[in-house]
Amino acid sequence: MGQLLLGLINGAFYAILSLGLAVIFGLLNIINFAHGALYMAGAFVAWMLLNYVGIGYWPALILSPLIVGAFGILLERTMMSRLYKLDHLYGLLLTFGLALIIQGLFRNYYGISGLPYQIPSQLSGGQNLGFMFLPNYRGWVVVASVVVCFGTWFMIEKTRLGAYLRAATENPALVGAFGVNVPLLITLTYGFGVGLAGFAGVLAAPIYSVNPNMGADLIIVVFAVVVIGGMGSILGAIVTGYMLGIVEGLTRVFYPEGSAVVIFVIMAIVLLIKPEGLFGKEAR
Amino acid sequence: MSMQQTEIAAASPAVNDAGMSPLHKMIFLVLLAFLLVLPFVVYPVFAMKIMCFALFAAAFNLLLGFGGLLSFGHAAYFGGASYVAAHAAKVWGLTPELSVLCGAAAAAFLGLVIGALSIRRQGIYFAMVTLAFAQMVYFFALQVPFTGGEDGIQSVPRGKLFGLISLENNISLYFFVLALTFAGILFLYRVVHSPFGQVLKAIRENEPRAISLGYNVNRYKLIVFVLSATFAGLAGAIKSQVFQLASLTDVHWAMSGEVVLMTLLGGMGTVFGPLLGAAIIVTMQNYLATFGAWVTIIQGVIFVIGVLLFREGIIGVISRWLKRPL
Repeated sequence: MGQLLLGLINGAFYAILSLGLAVIFGLLNIINFAHGALYMAGAFVAWMLLNYVGIGYWPALILSPLIVGAFGILLERTMMSRLYKLDHLYGLLLTFGLALIIQGLFRNYYGISGLPYQIPSQLSGGQNLGFMFLPNYRGWVVVASVVVCFGTWFMIEKTRLGAYLRAATENPALVGAFGVNVPLLITLTYGFGVGLAGFAGVLAAPIYSVNPNMGADLIIVVFAVVVIGGMGSILGAIVTGYMLGIVEGLTRVFYPEGSAVVIFVIMAIVLLIKPEGLFGKEAR
Repeated sequence: MSMQQTEIAAASPAVNDAGMSPLHKMIFLVLLAFLLVLPFVVYPVFAMKIMCFALFAAAFNLLLGFGGLLSFGHAAYFGGASYVAAHAAKVWGLTPELSVLCGAAAAAFLGLVIGALSIRRQGIYFAMVTLAFAQMVYFFALQVPFTGGEDGIQSVPRGKLFGLISLENNISLYFFVLALTFAGILFLYRVVHSPFGQVLKAIRENEPRAISLGYNVNRYKLIVFVLSATFAGLAGAIKSQVFQLASLTDVHWAMSGEVVLMTLLGGMGTVFGPLLGAAIIVTMQNYLATFGAWVTIIQGVIFVIGVLLFREGIIGVISRWLKRPL
């Protein structure tokens, strides 16, 4: 049961990160390789807020994604906006370079050993559920991620802003002709997607130590999640994220050696059977 | 079909299927002369490292520059082959040339399996799929016993070439490495300038049209993928003989990124760009090694500048000035 919960928590991070990737890809046609680095930056910003300014977990949960999002907007305005007319591959290469820079900077100043971040006092301890022990903080991570994921889904699928966004994904020129400021929408979308990564980073900070490498390996697994799910649908990205987290947790119970590669094996199987991904609409 | 071919011919006037253009022949000869003298001027191991990475980048460029496929997982073949070659030399006691061939064969097999799966997706997904499979190979290398996990395979014997000539001496090893890498690069050059290479370019430029002309696009893609993986593996296998070591560094995703960087910096789709890019990056790493994390940061900066301002790469720019393909 404990492993299953751990799987669910990993799934929560996969879901938030692949959701952010899907939202960004939908509008910008860029695969944001820097997503893992910005997730790591979110955790570091929370740590810095606590240790340099004395701002605790709860405000950091809001502030850190905002700071990371603002940084993302800066990147989008100064660099990525120059690449929209080119092949998608350049976007991948650019964000890969940015990821190297961000990771390198943090590694340079904070080392690779990892910094501790305390669980907020309200959430320390845990509940005995009879069949297993549930640490409060882990329960909170799952709840918070579900709320954020479905909040995002609701915003995109059910609100007017979301409708603009979906329309701009389909046909930016036409939406622009209706008087919607598409470049601004693109910038804000990138900021939002990256902010989600920052949020995941803050959630992760008390569970995993705050470490410059925390995003690098995670992002590759998230890429596999995205390939499995297909980026056609928001809900698909969320569901695939949780599902694969749980599958990974179960594998750790039954065949521990396979837990690191199980997601990649599933990816291979999906590529054989349904190459466009479980929720994918078409191969791009 | 004729239209497609005339377009290609128009795009690269100096290319002639019958042989090498005089300019390219001259550059290769100058390069060979330079490499023959090099080990007496600089530390031979450093020069061998450059040659390994030059072959690696050239193999990668075959796939990206001429096939139009961005693989973000070439470390799998490079590192995978280096493990197999090291294992063959150390545990099976094979001679260097056989160990290196074992490594390249293993990379070819790995390329066949991963390539067959990866070409089912295109563009950006292709890059993500290859990266994910390479990470799987990395985890595999981390866990299985024969790779030695975190320690890698250390003190690999250099052995005797054909069982006769000892390669313990850096200079004699150098000429073994020079022969292999130079032959590999010439072979890749030949592939690019063959009818097969022309079809590849056609697929890169306009895949639907190539399909409508009756080419089995997926077969071409798979063949070029396997070729690229094989020569990347050859480079990795040679590297394990030079450094007498196969380690996790060579299968890590950072290595996949490095080879992309070398190709981008030198000029993707050019013949000599990847070679120059490899030389620059390896030299930079050598001189900046003491700065630790700054190497990563500088590589990131080169990536960003390269993508934003300098997409043709160094050789690409020179080639445009000279108005000749290089």
